[in-house]
Amino acid sequence: MGNLTIGCFPGLVGSMTYDFALKLAEAAANKGHKVNLWFSGNASGSVKAKQKHLKDYSTGEKYLKALIEKGVEVCACEACSNARGVDKTNAIEGVQWNAMHWYLAKIHSSDRVLHIGGE
Amino acid sequence: MGDVKLALIVQKPQYKGETSRLGITHAISYQTVEILLADGDTVTPKLCFTGEGVLGIQKGQNAMDLYGITSTETHVKNSLLVDLDVLVCKEDLAKYGIPEDAMPDAEDMGADKKIQVVPFSEIQKAIDEAKHVLFF
Repeated sequence: MGNLTIGCFPGLVGSMTYDFALKLAEAAANKGHKVNLWFSGNASGSVKAKQKHLKDYSTGEKYLKALIEKGVEVCACEACSNARGVDKTNAIEGVQWNAMHWYLAKIHSSDRVLHIGGE
Repeated sequence: MGDVKLALIVQKPQYKGETSRLGITHAISYQTVEILLADGDTVTPKLCFTGEGVLGIQKGQNAMDLYGITSTETHVKNSLLVDLDVLVCKEDLAKYGIPEDAMPDAEDMGADKKIQVVPFSEIQKAIDEAKHVLFF
């Protein structure tokens, strides 16, 4: 099995690429691959807990919890999150927090990297 | 596993969005990645500016005075200070009428590295040599 790292930068709302990143992570994890998911930029705001799933908007919380339960490592850029008012006290349980070097370290050990840019 | 080469390609203009700046800061973070790696493992990024990515990296910026944020110029200088290879596409600078001597250096900070204004073929070479390519 392979080791896949996904860098996800777009925001949860307003871009379907975020949804794509999570679904790809799920598909890879279901096949038995090791998956690392890095959130930076607007994506880092998506780890806030207690998201209300309105039908007009994408929601990440349910999917992120499921991914974490499957063993996917989910890590948010702490600076990017803090800038958006999200921190460990109000975030989804199980999300890791680190600096950007976490992403580079996971890339180092990855067979494949999918970097999904924002904006 | 040894060294893993990366190419971080900044294609979007600075200040218009966050992505282009994140390209620089992710590259800079290589200086501390070893605390998360096994002994002997390293990551070596090359930071490349192409297309609209060459916009907004000139010297003489006043972002702190005008916007209250650190300037891209400062980030580029910090990149040089931590010995990153910073490549700027020569053809794209010419396309936008930006003279090569408008590129900042970090001599005042004690950096040994300088921005390398290179033909795109050199950036293509960095892409070819990298194990992973990240577009910002």
